[in-house]
Amino acid sequence: MKLLGEILLRNESFSEIVMGDTAVVRAMIEAGVKIVSSYPGSPTPEIAQAIQSIPVEKRPFYFEFSTNEKVATEVAYGASIQGNLSAVFFKSVGMNVALDSLVQLSMMELIGGMVIILGDDPGANSSQNEQDNRHLCRLSYLPVYEPATVEEVYTMFKEAASLSAELKMPIALRLTTHVCHAKEKVHFHPFDTQSGNLLQEFDPNHGPYIPITSEVFPLKRKALEKLHALQTHPSILSAKVVSSAPSKKGVICSGLPYLSLKECMQNAKEPIDILKLHRVYPLPEKEIIDFLTHHEEVKILEELDDSIEKSILALAYSRDIKCKITGKNSMEDWIGEYTPEKVQSLMHQTWPACFDKVKDPLERENIKPRPPQMCPGCGHRSAFYAIKKALPPDTITVADIGCHSLGFLSPYQMGQMLLSMGHCTGTASGLSTGNDGRPVLAFIGDSTFFHAGLPGIINAVYNQHCLTLVVMENGTTAMTGHQGHPASGENTRGNAPKIPVRKVLESFGIESIQEIDTYRQQELQEMVKKAIHEPGLKVIIAKHPCMLKFMRNKRRKGDVMIQPVEVDQDTCHQIYECIEDFACPTFQRTDDGKVVTQHDLCIGDQSCISTCPTKALKVKKGDPS
Amino acid sequence: MNNFNIYLIGVGGQGIGLLAETILRAIDYAGFPVKSVDTHGLAQRGGTVVSQIRMGENAFSPLIPAFDTDLILSLEIHEAYRALMSISKPGSTLVCYEASWQPLSVRSGKEKRIDKENLLMAAEKMKIKVLMVKDPKLGDSRMQNMVLLKKVAGEHLIPGVNQDHYIQALEDLMKGSALEANKKILLEAAN
Repeated sequence: MKLLGEILLRNESFSEIVMGDTAVVRAMIEAGVKIVSSYPGSPTPEIAQAIQSIPVEKRPFYFEFSTNEKVATEVAYGASIQGNLSAVFFKSVGMNVALDSLVQLSMMELIGGMVIILGDDPGANSSQNEQDNRHLCRLSYLPVYEPATVEEVYTMFKEAASLSAELKMPIALRLTTHVCHAKEKVHFHPFDTQSGNLLQEFDPNHGPYIPITSEVFPLKRKALEKLHALQTHPSILSAKVVSSAPSKKGVICSGLPYLSLKECMQNAKEPIDILKLHRVYPLPEKEIIDFLTHHEEVKILEELDDSIEKSILALAYSRDIKCKITGKNSMEDWIGEYTPEKVQSLMHQTWPACFDKVKDPLERENIKPRPPQMCPGCGHRSAFYAIKKALPPDTITVADIGCHSLGFLSPYQMGQMLLSMGHCTGTASGLSTGNDGRPVLAFIGDSTFFHAGLPGIINAVYNQHCLTLVVMENGTTAMTGHQGHPASGENTRGNAPKIPVRKVLESFGIESIQEIDTYRQQELQEMVKKAIHEPGLKVIIAKHPCMLKFMRNKRRKGDVMIQPVEVDQDTCHQIYECIEDFACPTFQRTDDGKVVTQHDLCIGDQSCISTCPTKALKVKKGDPS
Repeated sequence: MNNFNIYLIGVGGQGIGLLAETILRAIDYAGFPVKSVDTHGLAQRGGTVVSQIRMGENAFSPLIPAFDTDLILSLEIHEAYRALMSISKPGSTLVCYEASWQPLSVRSGKEKRIDKENLLMAAEKMKIKVLMVKDPKLGDSRMQNMVLLKKVAGEHLIPGVNQDHYIQALEDLMKGSALEANKKILLEAAN
């Protein structure tokens, strides 16, 4: 068996099939990164999984999950101004959380270097928007490199790290979901083994590091000078012309859309030149001017927003370049991932004689997507089932980010709005202000509670808002793959001090705090019924361990015994409470309307048993499957 | 050689990831250029899971171009039907493990359940060959992916990739009793 941890530490020249997220870890090791920090978020948690596949004592660098992306950025910054090459990674919307500190970095002398790995999510595969972080990078004077392939993730990280250390400036590597998760064979190289000791070279004279009022201007000037130095720096490839035969037509693109375009080019009726950008901010002006000058028509093929397009149009105008430039045509061009199919249709719109329309060879039925759902045994299901029954129909429910976001789906429909990590208490406070009729109830997960939930909760105490907050505590950061958090008692290196949610809430002076296991549905229901009519902030900590994690640990220990729940057909009146209200995926309906359990799914948790009005759900004793 | 594109589909928790990684590595052991991508997202939470594998020198993107899938592998019958109705092309092959994990709309009676007959009828109309797979004796449902792989290996559905390559791939990915149990299922194909 090939162990990922061993592959990552193999100090020789070799090739291996890896994911983009894994390749970046190997690049960190080869580049001599000393410290890495993060907050989990798709599409980047596999970077952490790769790091954690290396036993703690063998890890060539320090790694932590910080409380949120802003803290993670600060940890990597602190390490860098001590002289250590650092890296921080997070998902697209994580950049918003990081931004308050991140926006300052370009003004600072990052003597060790620092790479920021962004996991953007065109297609919103696992995010609440499709935000294009190139805007925020530009705002922060943060150069951005964009790999298209797994191999490029590896090489560009190494180049970015070395350039960052040389110019003492932050550099971003912008990955997108299917670059993070693509797998292919990459050729790796030997590296210098280093001592794990972190450098301690901080000296305020390396700075200054305090930007206040007029002190800002020299620092800002320095940031701009570094951007300029980068543009003329020879060491890293900023753009590449890909040409099969000289053509009057050209396309400028970057990242995964470049690969989509290569797919479309295979059936193109004439050759077209491509300028593939590696650095998308600041743009490689010389290469772009050269490309525009040598083509009559150029299409800017740009996923998400039109940041490259606008800059190139301005550049062409200022240089009086006569090339015909086309970018986005319609609103749809701003939306969704630039898959091979999408690029084919965009190229057809641009040059219909050269690119065919996407044609479906078959007639098809339209099938609704299979919605994600909570796992069998999930404590959130029991909570939503019980709470829904406790609430008057006009209750306003506020969702937050985590597995429990899925409560908004049918049949629970718990959670009617969602903004961002930890927004729920603030939003609920606004909803309840001046509202003396409709109860307001908000949900928050335990990892999010620490990430960005606390300011909203403190505000609700301080400004005496009236709402009920349900903390859905499952003991882990479940949605992104079971990372630890401050109340879980574990961090990336092993056991950690536990900061219990209840104690934190008590320290705020909240008087009404109750705790209950969500499988005790009847009691939870009563608790909620009472709480929503009381004044002030009431907190219910609705606990149950994540059962996906629990079952995995159980199997790992070799315990595979499961006693599935059965439906007693004599007692079942086909009321369908189990299917339609409790909605555990285990329950299946036969053609003649019977309810049966799917043994591949049932984990024998029995959380369903009390929900059956006729007590038809039973565990068959002595018949383990 | 021409590209060969494989689309794997199932429900979160069925083991699509392991099946895709095994096939990816087997194709590599057979000496062909290959790349793949899994859709993660919320899939782990019981939604649809898709992996795409692309074989050949001229496969650039890990994502398969529109209606260009040569082989669909499905671990669940409603998902097989979904693949048929969304990405399939005439003349291609679909292999489906006959497991049924009803989506909520089916369980709650809002939509019709898909069974083997529905799938076969639709596929015939679309000129897609279907191979159904099932092992009623299989104890652990998480090994349904290996039963499906046995069919793929036994029928040589991926050109140039044979049983040894699949075994080599499995040996990269697991060890001990898990490896033995999975290998045992796969090796039964030879008999």
